[in-house]
Amino acid sequence: MKKYQCNICGFIYDEAVGDPAHGIKAGTSWEDIPESWACPDCGVNKADFEMVEI
Amino acid sequence: MNHPVVIVGSGLAGYAVARELRRLDADQPLLLLSADHGGFYSKPMLSNALATGKTPESIINGDAEKMASQLNVSIRTYTRVVAIDKTNRTVILKNNEQLSYGNLVLAIGADQVRLPLQGNGVSKVFTVNDVDDYKHFRDALAGKKKVAIIGAGLIGCEFANDLASAGYHVDVVDIAAQPLGRLIPPAAGAYLKQKLEAVGVVFHFDTSTQSVEQIDNQLCLTLANGKTIRADIVLSSVGLKPRTKMAQEAGLQINRGIVVDQLLQTNDAHIYAVGDCAEVAGKVLPFVMPITHAARALAATLAGNPTPVRYPAMPVLVKTPACSTVVSPPDADKAGVWQVESNDDGVKALFYDDTGCLLGFALLGKAIMDKNDLVAKLPPVLA
Ligand SMILES: Cc1cc2nc3c(=O)[nH]c(=O)nc-3n(C[C@H](O)[C@H](O)[C@H](O)COP(=O)(O)OP(=O)(O)OC[C@H]3O[C@@H](n4cnc5c(N)ncnc54)[C@H](O)[C@@H]3O)c2cc1C
Ligand SMILES: [Zn+2]
Repeated sequence: MKKYQCNICGFIYDEAVGDPAHGIKAGTSWEDIPESWACPDCGVNKADFEMVEI
Repeated sequence: MNHPVVIVGSGLAGYAVARELRRLDADQPLLLLSADHGGFYSKPMLSNALATGKTPESIINGDAEKMASQLNVSIRTYTRVVAIDKTNRTVILKNNEQLSYGNLVLAIGADQVRLPLQGNGVSKVFTVNDVDDYKHFRDALAGKKKVAIIGAGLIGCEFANDLASAGYHVDVVDIAAQPLGRLIPPAAGAYLKQKLEAVGVVFHFDTSTQSVEQIDNQLCLTLANGKTIRADIVLSSVGLKPRTKMAQEAGLQINRGIVVDQLLQTNDAHIYAVGDCAEVAGKVLPFVMPITHAARALAATLAGNPTPVRYPAMPVLVKTPACSTVVSPPDADKAGVWQVESNDDGVKALFYDDTGCLLGFALLGKAIMDKNDLVAKLPPVLA
């Protein structure tokens, strides 16, 4: 399981945790998150602001 | 001739509009003018860069050249707009050059407020509002030990935490009785204060800074309560003031910010404003999340599909690792009361109106786990 960080606000997406509050189940890999998903903390688009793997 | 959309400003707002517009329209000519280097960077990262091991250089994600090719946008750096001629639809640059626009987007940000302080050290007081400021600040910090911060708001608290954790001695002065005085109730303020004190921050509340004098190689702050603080470096973070002067001189309506409606449109049909400079339907919200929403709506409008911006509830995370904090402050004009639950692990403060509707919250420590559940209960900021 990998972690990704939003390069605008620092939010960390942890594949193990997912983002259940926004419909992303725990264990969802970064590639499988739909393009419509936005960073829950700052709202930037998945496609526009590549998260960096940490 | 098809005049370009001209975006003034290369901060998060200017770039967000450019990026969103490109998604909708690959060909519309876009020109971005910036008074600075024009590089794309995350401003929020400035106040926790020490903890995250970032240098001013590494905060910049892409320089202007890279961004221009990535977004297929023309970018002119170090190019300050000094006036807007709305009759002829041109902007006037510092060198008197005139550039025509089809639509104009003002994304020019806000200035840090400067307090009227006395003393011969005032010109040495830093403010950090962009990556260039931050570079000067970091250069000045090298080899120094003591930093005094004026203002215990969001940015002051974040810098205090970052500097204290990096080993600096940090004093913070604020006229309020607690940190984040405008955002959270007293019990939450007390908790945050205690957590920041635990990493070494020294607070001076209920008093203002009166003068900053240079004494030897240090600066000496004299407070209204008679105390003095010696520091190597002084940072002021007492608030932001939207940049409205140019808009006002052009005859655009201003109030606290450049006045725009939900279409982000000023009182001139071809001029829009977005980001920290704008007052959108009466609200000045100098944060990233509103910029993201506004930029999306504005891009649709500029692409020919008029789209009013709607803001959902938009909680703000305070980047104080010593005390996880997330706030969604209620509208200042809304009446209500805070209900506070607090223990050693954190504070959950909920703001209700008299009909029992949740209007805002402040969550500290472990209570931040309730964020998502509570956000779902909040009304939208702008419906
Ligand atoms: C230290 C710090 C930490 C922050 N942390 C957070 C956070 O954690 N979460 C959050 O949501 N928000 C945070 N914010 C707020 C957030 O960063 C801002 O709301 C946002 O970056 C503002 O973007 P902007 O594009 O509107 O303005 P700016 O970034 O100020 O950009 C303005 C641009 O306009 C240009 N410009 C100005 N005048 C002219 C002119 N006349 N001609 C040409 N160009 C001009 C400038 O050069 C600049 O490129 C923080 C702010 C600071 C300072
Ligand atoms: Zn983010």
